[in-house]
Amino acid sequence: MSTAGTALRPQLDPKRLASYISITPDGSAIAYFGKMDMGQGADVGVAQMVAEELNLPAERVHIVMGDSGTSINQGGASGSTGVWLGGAALKNAAAEARLILVEMAAKYLGVAADDLTVDNGMISAKSDPKKNVSYGELIGGRWFDQEIAWNGQYGNPLALKTRAKLKDPKSYKIYGKSPPRRDVPAKILGTADMVIDIKVPGMMHGRTVLPPVAGAVPVSFDPGSIKHIPGVTVVHEKGFLGVVAAREWDAVKAARDLKVTWSDVKPAFPDQKDIDKHIPNAPVSKSGGEKENVSGEKLAEAFKGAVRIIEATYEFPFQSHASMTPGIAVVDYQPNGQTTLWTGSQKPHYTGDGVAHILGLKNEQVRGIWVPGAGCYGRNDAGDAAVGTAILSRAVGKPVRYQMMRHEGHDWDPKFPASVHKVRAGLDKDNKIVAWHFHSKSFDRLNVHSNESNSSDNLFGQMTGAKPKPQLVYGSPSESYKFPAKSSTWDVIPPLLEHSSPLRTSHLRDPLGPEIHFASESFVDEVAFAIGVDPVDFRLQHADDQRDKDVIRAAAEKSGWQKHTAARKQRRGDVAFGHGMAYAQRSGTRVAIVAEVEVNLKTGKVWGKKFTVAHDCGVVINPQTLTQTIEGNIVQALSRATLEEVMFDNKNVTSVDWETYRILDITEMPESVDVVLINRQEIAPTGAGEGSMRPVTAAVANAIYEATGIRIRQAPFTPERIKAGLA
Amino acid sequence: MAKIALNVDGKSHSIEADPDMPLLYALRDDLGLRNPKFGCGLAQCGACTVIIDGEATRSCVTPVDSVQKNKIVTLAGLGGGKAHKLQEAFLAEQVPQCGMCMNGWIMTAAAFLEKNPKPSEAQFKEALTGIKCRCGTHMSILRALMRAAQA
Repeated sequence: MSTAGTALRPQLDPKRLASYISITPDGSAIAYFGKMDMGQGADVGVAQMVAEELNLPAERVHIVMGDSGTSINQGGASGSTGVWLGGAALKNAAAEARLILVEMAAKYLGVAADDLTVDNGMISAKSDPKKNVSYGELIGGRWFDQEIAWNGQYGNPLALKTRAKLKDPKSYKIYGKSPPRRDVPAKILGTADMVIDIKVPGMMHGRTVLPPVAGAVPVSFDPGSIKHIPGVTVVHEKGFLGVVAAREWDAVKAARDLKVTWSDVKPAFPDQKDIDKHIPNAPVSKSGGEKENVSGEKLAEAFKGAVRIIEATYEFPFQSHASMTPGIAVVDYQPNGQTTLWTGSQKPHYTGDGVAHILGLKNEQVRGIWVPGAGCYGRNDAGDAAVGTAILSRAVGKPVRYQMMRHEGHDWDPKFPASVHKVRAGLDKDNKIVAWHFHSKSFDRLNVHSNESNSSDNLFGQMTGAKPKPQLVYGSPSESYKFPAKSSTWDVIPPLLEHSSPLRTSHLRDPLGPEIHFASESFVDEVAFAIGVDPVDFRLQHADDQRDKDVIRAAAEKSGWQKHTAARKQRRGDVAFGHGMAYAQRSGTRVAIVAEVEVNLKTGKVWGKKFTVAHDCGVVINPQTLTQTIEGNIVQALSRATLEEVMFDNKNVTSVDWETYRILDITEMPESVDVVLINRQEIAPTGAGEGSMRPVTAAVANAIYEATGIRIRQAPFTPERIKAGLA
Repeated sequence: MAKIALNVDGKSHSIEADPDMPLLYALRDDLGLRNPKFGCGLAQCGACTVIIDGEATRSCVTPVDSVQKNKIVTLAGLGGGKAHKLQEAFLAEQVPQCGMCMNGWIMTAAAFLEKNPKPSEAQFKEALTGIKCRCGTHMSILRALMRAAQA
């Protein structure tokens, strides 16, 4: 399905229409998607967008994705932009293709273009329907040779401009339906290779030996320690140490048994229990923020005029991607030909560039092929694995399959940054809010860049000498509350270890979202109760955006929200139960959530029992995949809110498996996730991959307060922390 | 290295392997099967599950030498040539996101259903405790499990 027929495809070029779309001899369409879908169904949504513009049934639009050899770099899976930006570009390409096909049909049929109508891939004259021709007859098997206007930007921002008028949303026929996902049968029946299954002729197996103390480098190793395993090559390049063997189990054993002398380094980390003291006292590498509507001076003045100040501090831990399979890749290094990378990374174009960078090749010398693998949820260890594999393949001159072991996946994947947030509100004598300040102090959002195209941003790149290039960036709450003086600021602190750190930070699903909005939306509740206002009413009074108000109202109504101005502390025996609301925006998408939780007063265990989610991401393209994406976000966010915390001692990360990094178990899943989709037919779709993750932590914290009267300001909400509050 | 005999999905195989090697590596590397996945190598996630003489077993910690006389069933052989009712249910509910955990859920649930054909939701959850899904598809998983139990 990678070509439109037997004709040779013009070279991939972002200016060429053929880089994005083609028509097969049977009149179906192929769209070449420079992103990919990792199981949330974005590809089906994109197929529906293309189908809508081409007037084809969705099942006749095939999506070829995630391969730098067949698609232009549209940024991979990133920032919930699959449908929003990636789909929009292909929708425009489809509209352009339809315009061209109609022009071709006008010539072919000898009728005016404006007399032509398109239905199901057939173009016919309105004046004489017997005059008709199909897409397949017009161009099937050949490539479009026209150009299309693009904005000159690769990656997420890539945009295409069509000369055609896009379809009127009122006439959409394919949006709003739920054609099935295409990847599901292979994943259930086990009938197709995932990245873990890729085998190439002559392939060797690699493993790494990573330092027991973060920052240590291998000084020497004892070949005698693995002489009982035949045919093992040890690869030692600067700080990188790996083994390669013909049989996978031999590589596993060699990595396990190899005796290594490590450099003596001073342990880099503070004690885990002191991390909340470390952050407030740490020096500041960079400050920033959004002034909203006042300068720092004006804000200080506004606070001076307040008669009452409410303030609170919230803490969020390091968290891990903890993907189901630790980092894996296959690389076939060909210094004089085309090097190939097979990867489960969500950014295969960039990951291929990263492999080119470490190997000293040009980007076009490396083909990055995405094969379905473990969910990445952002910048996980897939790109690290790709570069590690490239180093091993170059060292042995053969294709290598490298896979991390579980402890390496948990220990060494890039982490979600730990943070502390201090929020203050100033009130006048009538309890009106006159000043509002949100301040974050945190590790870097991008100590390693999520694009993973440069060795500086790669664990194994750093271990072989690349200098880290931290981005020093952070963010602000995303909501529409209007207060007379409002400001949001941040300080980024230095990493605990600058080089090759297992606590280097990068993107994890909804980067910064769960921590920032845990703080901002918990604080909104605190202020509402402090002035005796129902938390839903408070949000409706202060949110300044109609779509925001609509999701808040919809979630409250659907959940049967009962107004209250103080924690009701309702009980069933030893179980306290309560309700909490939180809402947020994310890049144009709005989500409001009501959580119902139970708190076992004896054990301190929190159960996120019921979630009601009102979701507005513009026009709804595929209700089923959207709903299931939201359900997945709620469950993953609940896991992070109640269980997940990367533990470490002063030498290294100690969360190294599923026992020491707990995630949600089926016995802890919610009883229900009730989703209300607000469909805005006239509004282009924004992202849905992450937005519903954002308000969950605060909704749960607010519900815990409502159930128990305990305001929990440190995530995750473990039994120990709940019991400490109850004591 | 030793000669190891394996009976997998009704077929007999003979391989040369280290007797201590986990069965998972034999299934994946020597027999070329793709359904049992490597997830942890620690029997903590379920991705490698096979059914050995009716018991859901984590092949990542099972020495290959120890199962020479047993009948091993993988996902490929679960339905005896057609989709098992659990697979039908997981298809109907469009369950997976990344899909890496699916083998663990389906194989563990299949062994459980053989002994408990009509479990309640609570019994099913208890039987599957410990199986991991990182994408958080638990709502869909439970719908599919109950669909299969009622089929």
